[in-house]
Amino acid sequence: MATPLTPILTAHWDDPDSFTIDGYSRHGGYDALPKALAMEPDAVIGLVKDTGLRGRGGAGFPTGLKWSFVPQNDGKPHYLVVNADESEPGACKDMPLLMANPHALVEGIIITCYAIRARHAFIYVRGEVPHAIRRVAAAVREAYQAGHIGTNIHGSGFDLDVVVHSGAGAYICGEETALLDSLEGRRGQPRLKPPFPAVAGLYASPTVVNNVETISNIPYIIRNGVDWFRQFGTEKSPGFKLFSVSGHVRSPGVYEAPLGITMRELIDYAGGMREGSELKFWVPGGSSVPMLTAEHLDLPMTYEAMAEAGTMLGTATPMVFDQTVSVVKTVTRWLEFYKHESCGKCTPCREGTSWMTGLLETFEAGHGQESDLQIIDDICHQIAGRSFCALGDAAATPFPGAMKYFRDEFVAGTHTSADDAFNPVASTVLAGASTR
Amino acid sequence: MEIDDTTRDEVRAIIARYPETRSALLPLLHLVQSVEGSVTPDGIEFVAEQLELTPAEVASVATFYTMYKRHRTGRHHIGVCTNSLCALLGGDVVWKSLSDELGIGHDETTADGEFSIERIECQAACTHAPSVTIDWEYFDDATPASVSEVIAKLRAGEPVQSTRGPVIRDFRATEHTLAVTDDGLAGEGPSADHRMLAGLTAAKERGMALQDTAAPASSEGEN
Ligand SMILES: Cc1cc2nc3c(=O)[nH]c(=O)nc-3n(C[C@H](O)[C@H](O)[C@H](O)COP(=O)(O)O)c2cc1C
Ligand code: SF4
Ligand code: FES
Repeated sequence: MATPLTPILTAHWDDPDSFTIDGYSRHGGYDALPKALAMEPDAVIGLVKDTGLRGRGGAGFPTGLKWSFVPQNDGKPHYLVVNADESEPGACKDMPLLMANPHALVEGIIITCYAIRARHAFIYVRGEVPHAIRRVAAAVREAYQAGHIGTNIHGSGFDLDVVVHSGAGAYICGEETALLDSLEGRRGQPRLKPPFPAVAGLYASPTVVNNVETISNIPYIIRNGVDWFRQFGTEKSPGFKLFSVSGHVRSPGVYEAPLGITMRELIDYAGGMREGSELKFWVPGGSSVPMLTAEHLDLPMTYEAMAEAGTMLGTATPMVFDQTVSVVKTVTRWLEFYKHESCGKCTPCREGTSWMTGLLETFEAGHGQESDLQIIDDICHQIAGRSFCALGDAAATPFPGAMKYFRDEFVAGTHTSADDAFNPVASTVLAGASTR
Repeated sequence: MEIDDTTRDEVRAIIARYPETRSALLPLLHLVQSVEGSVTPDGIEFVAEQLELTPAEVASVATFYTMYKRHRTGRHHIGVCTNSLCALLGGDVVWKSLSDELGIGHDETTADGEFSIERIECQAACTHAPSVTIDWEYFDDATPASVSEVIAKLRAGEPVQSTRGPVIRDFRATEHTLAVTDDGLAGEGPSADHRMLAGLTAAKERGMALQDTAAPASSEGEN
């Protein structure tokens, strides 16, 4: 039987006022808050640990465990920083969530801060999406007016301030320590870890950095409990997830489903492949994870199954490409992105992305040297594991992943340009159906 | 640079948001950009004064981030996503036709100061590819024709609405929003468009039950 979709965070997005406090409260919104405030903070952390919720920002780190790393009674202020920098190519689930259901995030923030004993939270939103910023900023204002944020929240003695902060265009600021530097008013360059943010984060104080979707799960968890949450997904990948499905499907969009759903099912819900289209390759979670092909369509979309297939679930935001697409062009464009976004702090990534891009461009143009394929591969090995942060590892990912399945296409790049091999108009939405 | 009283009040309010003043640096750069249309040496000096930093410190931060423009931007700043997915789905075609129509390239501004254009990276709108932004507001599922029509309307001073947000104002107005964050326009546009609703729609068509047990569908309207 097909895995059913599970609209939870997305359940009421078709209400015209889903983003307002009235729209949210009508469906049980802010009911979790008094429940959490009546618990001991450690009990809230314990409950989130028991759900097995894993971070939705890409790495899948257990959320409750992360919270428990924050030292208590240390006399220092604690901070929660919500990562809403969503800039991973392919990822488009946090911005929709902020636009349609920002109060789930706000209620989640209040509960999380209560649990980790923070009285200041920041929402770092990428600057290029002003409508997400104004929706979440309005939600914060409404929550203040309703007494959900501020001093002595609902008579609990708990105080909290929440600040919405606009970024200014830099993918690297999604990396949590770069984000903290950016939030401190500096260039967004990663910090050496350890110390981890939970010990020395914002202003050198204990800080939890979590993704928008992670924190938006919290009110639903508090309201419905551990067993309810664990009925979705698998033992190691419990819960539900926003899958943004993009590319050559009939109905691209946001699909909320339990972890463990297959890509075949997701494509099916998305109306199937577009007219005349056949799947060529797909990427489960952003450009930073290795690509897969049709033979992987029936694998469960879980952290463990994706790792077993040699890729990663990442942000669980699959991109689907059909037979009209040049793998060489796709990978080259991603490398141009990593080159552009490399912060320049460490040599392997700064130099490596530059060399790789230059070489890949020769294959895209149809005059690559076959021996250079080995050189690009060597560069990937020089970057992976030797860079200062995970952006370097990400940059070293698309090429080896593509070579595994489409080496021939790169070899063809020694004599035929990508645009000659693949009519660039055929892959566009304007072309609609296409048979090459 | 002319800083009026309203802007001075906004500067104070922005700085007051943060436990440490330097955190106000990025929002203040957005604010000066909203006044001048780019981050000028004057703007940098002003921000440095407010935060008790040196202009060199502020400049080194400003140059790190792509949204701070050193050259004058157009009244409207248009971005076309040419990252892989959008490029393949039509972004490259849209970019070429826009660039040809305006006769300018990446990071350039038309002579009349109306438009500047930029090839941008993934906008978290891949489900709406090809993604275009006008003064950073989403202009989804773009085609050469739809972009050309928008250019004509903006030139004629006719209203153009973002596909998921407010009526387009101008680049500087958006920069102001980024600085102050809450601009009174949150109610504009739909809660979610058909692509954001794709999963919910598919679930409803198939009669799949809402899963949030504490808030069954029957609680609708209770409050
Ligand atoms: C280059 C780079 C970009 C990242 N971008 C994001 C992002 O936009 N949003 C996000 O939540 N996490 C991003 N991450 C992951 C964060 O570093 C961090 O793991 C995450 O915010 C933790 O939240 P979670 O545990 O709730 O997933 C990025 C990591 C790297 C290396
Ligand atoms: S790996 Fe790249 S992005 Fe990360 S610190 Fe090094 S240069 Fe900067
Ligand atoms: S690739 Fe263009 S919006 Fe994501």
